[in-house]
This record gives sequence, structure tokens and C-alpha cells, in this order.
Amino acid sequence: MNRRDFLQWTGLGAGAFLFPNNTVFGRSVAPEALLEPGVDVAVKKRLADAALNAAKAKGASYTDVRIGRYLRQFVVTREDKVQNIVNTESYGVGVRVIVDGCWGFASVVDAKSEAQTAKAAEEAVAIAKANARLMKQPVQLAPQKGFGEVSWKAPIKKNAFEVPIKEKVDLLLSVNDAAMKNGANYVNSVLFMVNEQKYFASTDGSYIDQDVHRIWPTFTVTAIDPKSGKFETRGELSAPMGMGYDYLQVNPNDKITGITTRYNKGYDMLEDVTAAARQAKEKLTAKSVEAGKYDLILDPSHLWLTIHESVGHPLELDRVLGYEANFAGTSFATLDKWKSKNFNYGSKEVNLFADKTQEGSLGAVGWDDEGVKTKQWDLVKDGTLVNYQAIRDQAHIIGENESQGCCYADSWGSVQFQRMANVSLAPGKTPLSVENMIKDVKKGIYIIGDGSFSIDQQRYNFQFGGQLFYEIKDGKIAGMLKDVAYQSNTQEFWNSCVQICDEKDYRLGGSFFDGKGQPMQVSAVSHGSSTTRFNGVNVINTARKI
Amino acid sequence: MAVILTEAEAKALLQKVLSYSKADECEVNLSGEERGNIRYARNEVSTSGATINQNLQVQSSFGKKVGVATIDEFDDASLEKVVRRAEELAQLAPENPEHMGVLGPQQYLKTNGYFESTAKITPAIRAEAVAKSLETSGNQKLAAAGFLDDYRGYSAMMNSKGLFAYYPSTNVNFSLTVRTEDGTGSGYVTRGYSDFAKLDTAAASKIAVQKCLGSVGAKALEPGKYTVILEPTAAAVLLENLFFNLDARSADEGRSFLSKPGGKTKLGEKIVDERVTIYSDPTHPELPASPWSGDGRAQEKVNWIEKGVVKNMAYSRYWAQKKGVKAVPYPNNVIMAGGTASLADMIKNTQRGILVTKLWYIRSVDPQTLLLTGLTRDGTFYIENGKIKHPVKNFRFNESPVIMLNNLEALGKPERVVSTESDSNYLIPPMKIREFTFSSLSDAV
Repeated sequence: MNRRDFLQWTGLGAGAFLFPNNTVFGRSVAPEALLEPGVDVAVKKRLADAALNAAKAKGASYTDVRIGRYLRQFVVTREDKVQNIVNTESYGVGVRVIVDGCWGFASVVDAKSEAQTAKAAEEAVAIAKANARLMKQPVQLAPQKGFGEVSWKAPIKKNAFEVPIKEKVDLLLSVNDAAMKNGANYVNSVLFMVNEQKYFASTDGSYIDQDVHRIWPTFTVTAIDPKSGKFETRGELSAPMGMGYDYLQVNPNDKITGITTRYNKGYDMLEDVTAAARQAKEKLTAKSVEAGKYDLILDPSHLWLTIHESVGHPLELDRVLGYEANFAGTSFATLDKWKSKNFNYGSKEVNLFADKTQEGSLGAVGWDDEGVKTKQWDLVKDGTLVNYQAIRDQAHIIGENESQGCCYADSWGSVQFQRMANVSLAPGKTPLSVENMIKDVKKGIYIIGDGSFSIDQQRYNFQFGGQLFYEIKDGKIAGMLKDVAYQSNTQEFWNSCVQICDEKDYRLGGSFFDGKGQPMQVSAVSHGSSTTRFNGVNVINTARKI
Repeated sequence: MAVILTEAEAKALLQKVLSYSKADECEVNLSGEERGNIRYARNEVSTSGATINQNLQVQSSFGKKVGVATIDEFDDASLEKVVRRAEELAQLAPENPEHMGVLGPQQYLKTNGYFESTAKITPAIRAEAVAKSLETSGNQKLAAAGFLDDYRGYSAMMNSKGLFAYYPSTNVNFSLTVRTEDGTGSGYVTRGYSDFAKLDTAAASKIAVQKCLGSVGAKALEPGKYTVILEPTAAAVLLENLFFNLDARSADEGRSFLSKPGGKTKLGEKIVDERVTIYSDPTHPELPASPWSGDGRAQEKVNWIEKGVVKNMAYSRYWAQKKGVKAVPYPNNVIMAGGTASLADMIKNTQRGILVTKLWYIRSVDPQTLLLTGLTRDGTFYIENGKIKHPVKNFRFNESPVIMLNNLEALGKPERVVSTESDSNYLIPPMKIREFTFSSLSDAV
């Protein structure tokens, strides 16, 4: 699921805004409530200890407790109107236990007393006992040392909830105004802001208090040609970030100039929407692409999604093992390929790594949702598959004696499971700019921004669109293209990677609402890369007549 | 108090909430639900869960200033607090020029979507249904992964103009993927019912096993244009993208597949084959749905496409007033009419074609033409001279449901299906389509 699905899911696309009645979103609150302190950390420890003790008394061999307060603020506008302002708070406690070798989970909303958390622990034990009869092999947990009482805070400069709503509304309305003044027929813009206040305690002896912040400014500009009735859109080139309101601080050093301006850790929304309105109009008369093989130059604002789908997901160990077979699917990257130590995932240029620590990324935390200290590790080294993403009850399957820290739940009321770490493509080691990369391309397409995306259930065959497409002829940009999508096979595609720009071009993209599991849970994850060249990729023309 | 309120209990609670209102107008939406699920993979239970939710939403307005507040605790103090909160938010809000005020009392059709068989599902009944599924696949060295998810709940609303609505409903969705241990075969089945008594997990699981074993040894066919028979599960995920885009405002604004140059729309025009009729009907016994929409408007039987012609689009009350037309709400269910032929008959009458049993990862490529992309999955078969000859490797397609419904060859008997993309239930016939565009091959099983 990405933003566009989310908009449809919430009915936002149609202008309504109704949230599903679930524990992820909780109840609506006053904006000031988002700044009020939650339950004191000393009280959280007492609530957690009550659950840990109650579960142990009922026979649990392992217990963890997550006390979560999830705060969200969404500001939604179109043209000169505020469509909605949503402030929600969800607070509760989830308890997970192992009894007789089987997991059990129970949760309780608004838990403020030790009796409530103890009762949830007892319910989790009862569920584990009931399900233990159906287990063939007991759960095997990788050992994990306790960290005592510790804390982690996202290094944000400005808490988005401290910024008055009026300032946010004024920003979006001025963004919309700029779009309309520059030729847009319609514009929708949204600011998503999230704060997760998470407390984790386990029988391993950890009491971990964490404060996570995320922000995502987005828009869609629509331009219509009244004569032909054709319409085109251009979406934002921002990235969702693990930052505060400081992401909206305009900083010339965070701008990457070129055919269109792209952004690093500071986003100039007004500048981007102004370009978007002009580019949406330009798309109306752009040349329709001629299908065939092209060398692709992919900007990080586009490549993140290809990395997400063709590397991040297939290297999730639960998919490889079959736990997601009924929904998201399995993986082509089977254990035998990994064990062979010579599976050629990509060309020698390709180094892909997982990481839960990068500052400003969506996946950055100090510890994961089962108390494992986060880190960085290699997935594909010099083109060869070397590792997966795993959690504590899977680590032994790939011969690891510790988890890689990929456990996450989207709410106190959801059971934690394996989720994607930030998965990124390492920048090239030799100095190379985008301009110099393009100079060598005879017949190519330069793609900026993410668009339509689809991949099969084992992550072989994919198709991606984009926001902006530029034709490259004999080393020069020849003009804008439209109706572009490329199709490839994961292994073939990464083996066609010939050049990666250096670290000066390295930027993050990401997904704010990545969906997985039954019932579905969302998570947020970043993917970094520098502009990268792939040779001889199959491009199709997507124009049709109805 | 129970989470699932009776009509009388809901009415009394809503009257109490409205008694606290000091606003010009007040509207209250109330809901309660109990859900339970079991998830299994690698032939054993992986997770299970149960949730109970209740929610009350108050919308207060002073003129065109509107505030909304929600709460999940229903004691008197909390109820009064949430009304005050909605009123405070309304006083602070800017005027909403599109606010329409609340509706007066409405007449609703009588529909029955609540079945005791589903409402009474216990963890033991759920486990038993899954055990039957596991027995079916477990005897044959196959890996089964499935999900059973049941719901019972109600929604109700009341406003200061005297409108009252109440609708209880139940639903159960079941899905199963069965794979051979060596990963060379995969089959799928999904079932959705309001009435749990209709769900036979063993019979459904046999279909997934059959497709799994039948899909082993798939041969590659060249991508290109083929005659296809889409099973209802495959057709649903393409057609729902057409259902999602029936909004009149987008069409009038020029940014929909129903838009025409110069601000006109395709309302009244034939856009697909004349055998295509798509309608909604909350009273349909196979797919009962709430007879009212979230803003209290009555849901009636509505023809969206009749004999290939666009007959209706969905309107917000604001947009309908602006356009001077009836405010037909977005439907609560969607049904596509069909014929009487069974899937087996349709295969028998096909000389050369491909049977598509499921489609996966459907995404919009071009909203102007409703062009979609995605792939076949979990059982795709080559048909020759009226018989299934052999399994074929999966394809990626690029196709628009509008083009597809113009290339219609035959329709079979509609059946209730669950969308594998949105979990929505529909009544959809199997359909034979000529010149369906497969653009590349996939190695996925």
C-alpha cells in the first residue's frame, strides 16, 4: 500500500475523511492534547512489571509488554479550501507471551492500572495455551540481553505538533495558490505528521522508552486540456522522513538542481508545487514514448520504490519461509540461493544494505519492538546475496545467534512481526555526477519521482511508472516524454546496473504506509540511493483509447 | 453494556447524546463490532486475534461551521463531553461552503445482513473450521497458508431533524493458498458470506488443492493478446477499479474515465458491450448491504451501467445540489448481472483460450483510460478444444476494464466473491473476453 491506496482507503480521494474504527487511529483529540505528556515512565514500568509478573505466574517462559501512545495529525486541503484537520490519539498496552512453546497475544485499550495489564497478560497466556495444541515445533527465540532502563529519541529539531495548525493551513493554502497561479486546474495537498511514544519491557530485563517522529508533505496537481479532454497529474518530489517540522525548513544546501529541483533533508514545498503545475501542463503536450529498450537513469525519488519492491520485500525472511504465502506471497530469493554464497542478485556495482539507524530515516529507532538493539548489515555484497532481514524467532533458521532487529507493530493492539528495515543502495565509490552519467547515454530515459508500481508474488517480474520522464539522446536531454512504464525481472534488472553516482547525490525516499500481514498492518520505511544507470531495460507505452 | 446494541438500545443512547446538544444542528453516528481471526501458514496456526470496538461520532454545526469529535466510552459524562467538544471545534472552524446541513427522516428498504450463525462464532468454532481446511491439504505433502476473519456489528445514526437509522450485519471471509513443498505449484480459493452456515472450508480447500496440483509443470506461452476466461475472483479486482471511479464530481471536473472534453461526461452514453449491466441493490439476498449511506441517505436499487450505457454516477449532496440533480449516494454493494452458463460450460465452449483464476497486485497505470497492470497468480491454464490442456506460466497484463468489457464474448452465472485487493464482497459472473493483453511473462509460482 502506498499513499494513493491510503487515500482511496480512507475515502480521502473523494473528499471525505473517515478513519477506520480501529486501534491504529484511536480517537480524535484536541490539537493541544498532542503536546500533553503521556503516562509517566515510572508508571509505565509499574504497568509493565504487573504484566510481566502475571504472565510468569501463569506459566509464561517469555513475556514482552508494549505500552504505546500514537499521535497523529493530518491537514487536508484542496484549492482554496481546508477539507479536514484530523488529530488522533491511541493509547493502550499489548502483551505477548510464550507458553508451552507457543505465542499468545492480548491487548487492552486505555490501560492505566496494574490490574488491567495483568489481566491482559493472563488472556495472552490463555490464548497461547489454547493454540499450543496446534504447534508442531516450539518457538525458538534468539538470545537477547537486557538493557535495563534506557531511552531513545529521534533527533528532531522542531516537533511538528508544536507548530500551530494555522501555520500548517497557511502553508498548504499558499502551496495550492501557487499551483493554481502556475496553470493547475486542481490541486490537493496534505500534511501527515506522526509521533509514536513507545515503551517496551521484557523478561530479558529491558525497559526501553522511545520517541519516534515522522512527517510527510504531499500534493497532487492536475492539469486538463479542455480541447482534447486529456488530463495529467504531477505528485510531490518530497520524501516521507523521520524528522520533525524542520523538514519543511527551506535550505539551499538541501536542493539538488538540474532538469528539475529535487530535495534532500529540507523540502521547499512552494518551489516544488510551482514546478509541478508547469510540468503537469507540459506533460499534456509531451511526446508519447516509443516502446523499446532504453538505458534508464533513475533518480533516488524514483529508485526507492524499485528497491523497496524488488529488494526489500523478497529479502524478508518470513516471506522466504512461507508465512506470507496467502497474501503478499513468497520470495524468489530462497534459502538455497543464499546458502550457495554465489547467487548473483546484481552486478558487481550493486551493494544493498539494511539499516535501522540512519538519522532522518523512517525506520530509525534505538531498539526494535522486541527489544533488540538496531544496527546496519549487508544484504547484497558486490552483487552477491549474503543475508536476509529476520527477527528473534527466525534468526536460528539462517544460522544467526542474534536478531537483526526488524520487529515492528503498527499499534499497541497489533502483534509485532517481521517488517522491512530501511534497505538502501550504497553510493558509487568513484566520483560521478548525474550530468556526467547522462553524457555517456546514447538512447535513454531519465525518470524522476515514483508512479504506478506492481510486482509478482515472488518478486521476479515488475512494472514501474514515474512522475517525470525525459528522453536522453546522444548524451543530452532531448525533452519530456509521457506514457512511460518499464518492465523487468529483478535479477536481470540489478545485473543491468552499470553505474551509481557518488555519495554527494545520496538521498532517501520512502513509504509512509507500507502494508503487510493479515489483518493488514502499516509501517513506514526509507530507502536511500544515488542516481543509478541500468542498461537496456524494456520500456512500454501505456497510452490507450477508450 | 454489550458492544453490539439492539435497535432500541442504540435509539435510547442516541437520543441521550442529542439531548446534550446546543448547536444549530447535531448528527450522531454510532457503531460497535466484534471481530475474530485465525491466521495459519506452513500447515500450522501462526497468529490469532480478537478485537472489540465501539465508537460514537458527533458532528455539531453552527451555520456552515462544523466540528466533529469521537469517543469510545459511553457513560453520561463522556457523552456530554464529546458533544461539548464537537461544539467547541465547530465554533473554532472556518465556514465550510460545502456543508449541507443534516437530512430529515428517511424511508429505508428492509434488508437482512445479520446471521446468528456468524454472530455466534467462538474461538472453538473458528479453530474447527481451520482444522477442516488443514486436514484437506495436510494429507498431501502440501504447504497451506490461510486466513479466516469474522465480523459482527451494527451501525446507527440519529440527528436533530429526527432522522434515525440502524443496521446490524455479519460477515466472514476465508482465504487459502496451498503450495507444493517444492514450490512448483500454487492454488488459491477465497469465500465470503454474510451467513457462516454457507462456508464449507473443507470443500473450498479442496479447490485450492486441486488448483495447486494442477498448476505443477506450467509451460510458457508467448505474451500477447489472448481470449481469456476470468473466474469471478479474477474479474472482481479489475471491475472494482471501475466501481471506485463512479464519482460525478471527478467526472464533471474532467479528471475521470467518465469525463469528456469541454466539461461534459459520458452519462447516457454506451461505453461497454450491451450485455453489461452493473447495479447496486441493498436487498439482494446473496449480497445484503446497509439500506442507508453514512450521511443518512437511502440506498435504493441503482443501475450504474445498464445494457452498456452509463445510467448513474455517485454524488455528494453538495455536488448534486450544485448540479441540480438527485443526490445518488455511492453504493454499499455492487452486482454485475450475468447469464446462466457455468464455468465448466464456458470452458467447454472455448476453442483456444486461457483460464485465469486469480489476479494479483493490481495498480492503476492511467486514470484517464482506467488502464491497470497486475499479474495472474495461483493457477493459470491453457484451454484447447473445450478442455483444460495444461497449466501455463504466469503473465503480467496491461488492460483497462472498459476495453475488456467491450471485448466481451460471454458471461456466466454470477457468484459472490471477495476482492483479493480490497476484501470487499461482490456478485460477479465468470466472463470470457477476447484480445486480453498480456505484456510479459513472470517466473513466479
